[in-house]
This record gives sequence, C-alpha cells and structure tokens, in this order.
Amino acid sequence: MGKVRKGVEVSIAIADAVTQANVDLIAAYPITPQTHIVEHLAEIVANGELDAEFIPVESEHSAMSVCCGSSAVGARTFTSTSSQGLALMSEIFFIAAAMRLPMVMALANRSLSSPLSIWNDHSDVMMVRDAGWIHIFAENGQETYDNIFCAFRISEDPDVMLPVAVNLDGFILTHMIEPVEYEDDELIRQYLPEFKMKNTLHPDNPVSMGCFGMPEIYTETQMNREAGVRGSYPYILKAWDEWGKLTGRNYRPVETYRVQDAEYCIVTMGSYGGAAVEVVDTLRDEGEKVGAIKIRLWRPFPLDEFRKAALGKKYLIAIDRAISFGGPGGPVASELRSALYKKDGAPTMVNYVAGLAGRDVSPDDFRKIILEGKKKAQSGDTEGFTLYGLRG
Amino acid sequence: MAKPMDQITWQELEVGGVVIEIGNSVQYETGSWRSERPVVEKEKCIKCMFCWLYCPEACIHQAEEGHFEADLTYCKGCGICVAECPVKCITMMSEEK
Amino acid sequence: MAKTSVSSPKNVERAEYFASGHRACQGCAEVLAVRLVLKALGKDTIVAMATGCMEIISSPLPLTSWKVPWIHNAFENPSAVISGCEAGMKAMMRKGKLPQKKINFVGMGGDGATADIGMGQLSGALERGHDMIYVCYDNEAYMNTGIQRSSSTPYGASTTTSPAGKKSIGQQTQKKNMVQIAVAHNIPYAATACPSFPFDLLDKVKRASEIEGPAYIHILSVCPTGWRIQPADAIKYGRLAVNSCVFPLYEVVNGKYRITYKPSEKKLIPVSEYLNGQGRFRHLTDKEIEQIQAKVSHDYERILKLGEEG
Repeated sequence: MGKVRKGVEVSIAIADAVTQANVDLIAAYPITPQTHIVEHLAEIVANGELDAEFIPVESEHSAMSVCCGSSAVGARTFTSTSSQGLALMSEIFFIAAAMRLPMVMALANRSLSSPLSIWNDHSDVMMVRDAGWIHIFAENGQETYDNIFCAFRISEDPDVMLPVAVNLDGFILTHMIEPVEYEDDELIRQYLPEFKMKNTLHPDNPVSMGCFGMPEIYTETQMNREAGVRGSYPYILKAWDEWGKLTGRNYRPVETYRVQDAEYCIVTMGSYGGAAVEVVDTLRDEGEKVGAIKIRLWRPFPLDEFRKAALGKKYLIAIDRAISFGGPGGPVASELRSALYKKDGAPTMVNYVAGLAGRDVSPDDFRKIILEGKKKAQSGDTEGFTLYGLRG
Repeated sequence: MAKPMDQITWQELEVGGVVIEIGNSVQYETGSWRSERPVVEKEKCIKCMFCWLYCPEACIHQAEEGHFEADLTYCKGCGICVAECPVKCITMMSEEK
Repeated sequence: MAKTSVSSPKNVERAEYFASGHRACQGCAEVLAVRLVLKALGKDTIVAMATGCMEIISSPLPLTSWKVPWIHNAFENPSAVISGCEAGMKAMMRKGKLPQKKINFVGMGGDGATADIGMGQLSGALERGHDMIYVCYDNEAYMNTGIQRSSSTPYGASTTTSPAGKKSIGQQTQKKNMVQIAVAHNIPYAATACPSFPFDLLDKVKRASEIEGPAYIHILSVCPTGWRIQPADAIKYGRLAVNSCVFPLYEVVNGKYRITYKPSEKKLIPVSEYLNGQGRFRHLTDKEIEQIQAKVSHDYERILKLGEEG
C-alpha cells in the first residue's frame, strides 16, 4: 500500500490503526466523545476488514472486565472510553494494571460529572493517575495514530506487560479532521510482533491468576508492580526509537520547543502543546525569551528528561486541565513541583488551570496566561493555582 | 514447592502475582484443624466409594488393604463420610485419645 | 428420578482438579460442589471466579488449589471476564494464532456475586450468547464476609444484616429466582443442582458443557457455618432441601422445563423438617413455618406444571 497521507477524523484514524494492528478483540461501551472510534471499528469488523471479536458490552465496567479476560488468554485487546465510563470501570482499570494484563486503550479525555459535561479536560485521566497504567499523551491526529502502534508494542513487550492508555483530547482531537500519514501494512507487521505472553490461561499449561494477598506478601507484590512501571521506561524509549527509524517520526517522553535559550517556559500536556508552540513563536517575536515544554509520557513520569528541560530556567508556567480539589495545586503542577524539589536551578513555578470542559483557550488567551504567569512568578505569587477565565 | 509466604522477596514473584505451580495448596496440611478423626472398620467397608465422592477435601483414597480411608494429612474431621457411609462402618474418634 | 448417565461413585471421574490443602470450613458443601463440577468438566476448562468463599479458600498467594487455568479478577465480573476469555480465544483460534480446541469457559460466583452485584454483568453475558457456562454456588448469604444477607437469602433466615429480632422475622423478602431470570434470556440451558444429588449434578454440568451457547447452573451449596448446622450434616441438609421441595431439581432446555428429581411420597417431607435444626431459622414460629410451607408448595406446584407443559 505504501504511505498514504489523508485528511481524516482522528477517531477514524484510531480505528484504522487498531485494524492495521490486527487486534483480536475489541470490547467497548459507547460514550461521547469516543463513539466514532467504536462505531467505525464495529463497521470494519462487520465488513470483514478486520478479523476480530467485537463485544458490545452492557457497561464500561464489563468492557474492562472483558478486556482482562481477553488479555489473559493472550489475545491482542483494545478498548476506548472517557470520563464517566472510565470512572465506572476504574475498579477493573486498577486491577488490569496490577495483574499485568497487556492491552491498549484510546482514552478520549473528557471532564467528569457533576455537572455532566461531554467536553474535554483531563479530570478523567487524573482520577486514575495512580492505577499503574502507562500513559502517553497525543497532541494531534498523527501522534494519536502513531502511538496506537507504539502502545501495543510497549504493552505487549515481555519486559513491560502493562496496559497502555493513549490519551487524546475529546472533541478537540476525536472529532477533528487532521492530516494523518498512514503507514504501510507491511511496516506495521514489521514493527508489531505477534503477541506472545509467558503465562496465559490455557489448559495445556494451567496457571492461577489473581490469587489473594495476605499482609505478609502484599507489600512485595506492590514493589514488583512499581518496578514494572518504572522499569518500562527504557522499553518505551526503545519502542519510540524503532518507530522513528521506520517512519521518520520520533517521539520523546518530554518534547521541547525553543527551550535551550529560554528564560522561562510554559508546560503543557495534550493538544495544548500545539497552541503553546504557536504562542511561543509570537512571544519570541515580541522579545520574550520563552520556550515550551510538552509532556508526552505521563506515567512512568519522565523525571530526568523533565529536569533536563526545566532546571536552570527562571520560571515555569504549568497549565493543568483539571483541579485536585483542596489540594496544593493542579495535578500536573503538583508533580512538577515535586520533581523539582530541592534541585539546583529549580525554577519558580506558577500554576494555571485552563480549558475545563472544553472552554476555549485561544492563542491570545495563552499569551495572556504566559505573560501574566511570568509577572506572578516575578512577584512571588506562586501559591495554589489560578483558574483562567473564571467569572466572579 | 512454594516458599513460605513471609519469606518471598518481591523479585521472586511472577509478574502479576501469577502462580504457575498448580495445585500447590497441598503444601498446607489441613489435618491440623481437626479435633476428631474418622476410623474405618476395614472388613465392613463395601468399597462403594460414597465417602470418596462426598469428601470436600478430596482426601479419601483406597488403602492398600482395599478399603477406603481418609488421608489424615488433610482430613478436617467434618464427619461427612461417617454420615454418608451406607453401611455405617466409619466412626469419629477424638484426637485427644 | 430421571436416569443419570452415572449412578455409582465408581464410575465418576477419578481425576481431581481441585487440590487438598484448601481452607474451606469443615463440611463445606460448596467446595464439594466445585470439586464435582470440575470432575464433570475435565481438564480442558478455564474458570473465571468471583471474589468470595471459594476464591479466598483456594488462592492464598503463593498457593493455589486450582489445577485448571483460573482467574480471579473482581467480585461482580466473572461473567464478563469469562466472556473475554471465550471471545479472545475464539478470535485467536479462528485466526490461526492458537490450534483449535474445545475448551469449557466457566464463570463461577456465589449468590451475592451472581444475584446482587454481578446481575447486570451476568445478564449482559447471557444476552450476548457466549459459549460459556455460569455456575452460581448458592449458600444463601455473603458467607465469606461473615454471613450477611443477599437477595438469595430465603425468607425468614437470620443473617447479620437481616437479623431476626423483636421487630423482624429476619430476611423479609423472598429468594430471588435466578434460574427464571436466566431462562428469560432465552438461553439454551439452565438447571438447578445440589451436591447431595451428585449424579444429577454431574449430568447437568456435562450437558451444559455440550450445548452451544450460554448455560446457567444454580447449585444449592449447604454452608454449615452460615446455616448453623453440624458439618457432618452438610449432605443431609441438601437432601432435606430437595425432598421438602424448597429447592426443586429441574432443568430448562431451550425453554422446556423438565423435573429431574421428584421426591416420592415416601421421600417427600414438610419444610419444617428442613428448617428445624438450622440455627438461622431457629427463631421461626409454627405460624411462620406454615406460611413458608404454603409458599414452597405453591412454587413447587408451579414448577411441576411447567414441567408437565414441557
């Protein structure tokens, strides 16, 4: 087939990537804004373009349960959800990671109720921050498409064996038509080896999965898990490296733009990275020595790469897309402050929460956030967070 | 054989806490639970195997002499075999004896 | 009694798929049921189990009593987990990633897991028509957590969350009929069973494994600890439950009812004989027992009628 560049709705691109990855089972429950992903997959399976079991479950809790059963027998497994769906399946979401069951989820980030909101922010993914999944954030359609393959590669790596979520902003990405370069089927086959898990459920080699843990042993199981999540880091880099060699598109845990000679930086995660880059250029023309740090790998948190980008800068303006109620700041800012704690050259940090439930943050708004943030940092006004655009 | 629970290091665990040694619960000798044990009158045993069928511990086996009796390593002394034996050739005896 | 394919223990499968050393209470008829179910299914079986008595007593890391592939994931979801195993394997075999093989996919859960917290999931799995068996081990309460009531606890039983008291008879609602709910999903096979009638149980499990599509088996699992009876009486009380018609033995094949055991005049007993001796019913008055008898007789007549129509 060869490379094909097309304008495609990102949800469709995801479904197409899942097809090219030759997934064995898809289990999902519809929820805005993920619906186009699963609808397109249902169509693809119904037309015989992908040989897979499409399981239309009766709830998201079952979606994740079915995925666990599927992964446990060694089938390549995919699901997708958002917001309330993620909340409902959260019990099993944690268990999937604890039981080290490889699978990939397209997590279309959407705000949590209440009030009900179908629009985009990061409150859903922040809710499951500590679950032990690997989290990759995509900024645009191409990154989303590419990272579906990288996610399978990482997840099913015998040295990783962890479920992976590819986070993409709901509506902002899921429903946008973007230019995406599709890779050749042969290249995907080369990149993605067949899924072979050491211990699966099969009568030829019986095992017991999910035995219960007494206090005498539970601590050790959790260390085993933590080591697994931290230990996945080099394999994530390797998977991205190989993708880069094959396609020319390279991904890193932390992307930087005009950071090297920057005096201060904006930090974003997800689709805001695109806007940040644009605004950095505008501000540079105005004489501001600003750069953009974009976090692509949220878990395991890229401590070294982030510190390398941030240390030595005067100020950091971290943009959060969720509130941690009653906490010391937004979830991302709190982690960044933690990563920089007592490090030489740690910048002064200011935290903005913006764009909750998809409220538009225009390039002009970004510009205001950055300049205002810089002033706050200079005057020492660094406590908590500022909710940008709040009326009242 | 699995190491005792409180001696296992985190590195020794299978990924995901999977147990690959199937049926290794046999390491845990439940015979210590009982306060009475079943005693068979060997000659009376008609080898119908109902005791074997009804034993929740799956610990009744055919002895060399041909009758069926409980493996005392696992027998919890529940008394089901005594109750279900059609010829009443099993009696419970106190462990204190 | 319907003729069973095996009628002597000597012809029952000798292989054990559930190892000794498990931590079930003395006289646990539920673990006996698990043992017998596995004998009927054989080694080519994958089990997904709910949190509960059987899961806890069989799997204290690093030990396991299971000799067939087994997964415990959460409380309410064995039906969904086994759906995933069945469908995942189906895809892999069809795509040539695994050699073809007939495997029994079995979801197992207690009454709490099945009738309460896992109802939605069970309904979904049955509706989707997976080639699977769901076995509910009904000991009539949340026994593992200390004898709390479930929707499967019979009317008048005293549990810790439906205790008998000055203002309460104990469980104030009637037992939820899970078999009828399963049948309403138009599945090809549903049945009741009890390890006190082992050959009937073995036959039904075998039949369930041979049909294509979802099968539901509801097994009365006598719990000496929770029912407050002697461990040695576990098998006896299962017989009493069946012979008093409190727990009739029947199967439903493609919607057609068939009674597989009808207590003869000699064997038939009043419910009082079943209720007496169980600590959980100790508080019931004669009048209350009469009421229970009336309901049991009425429900049994209904099952008999359905069996005749079949």
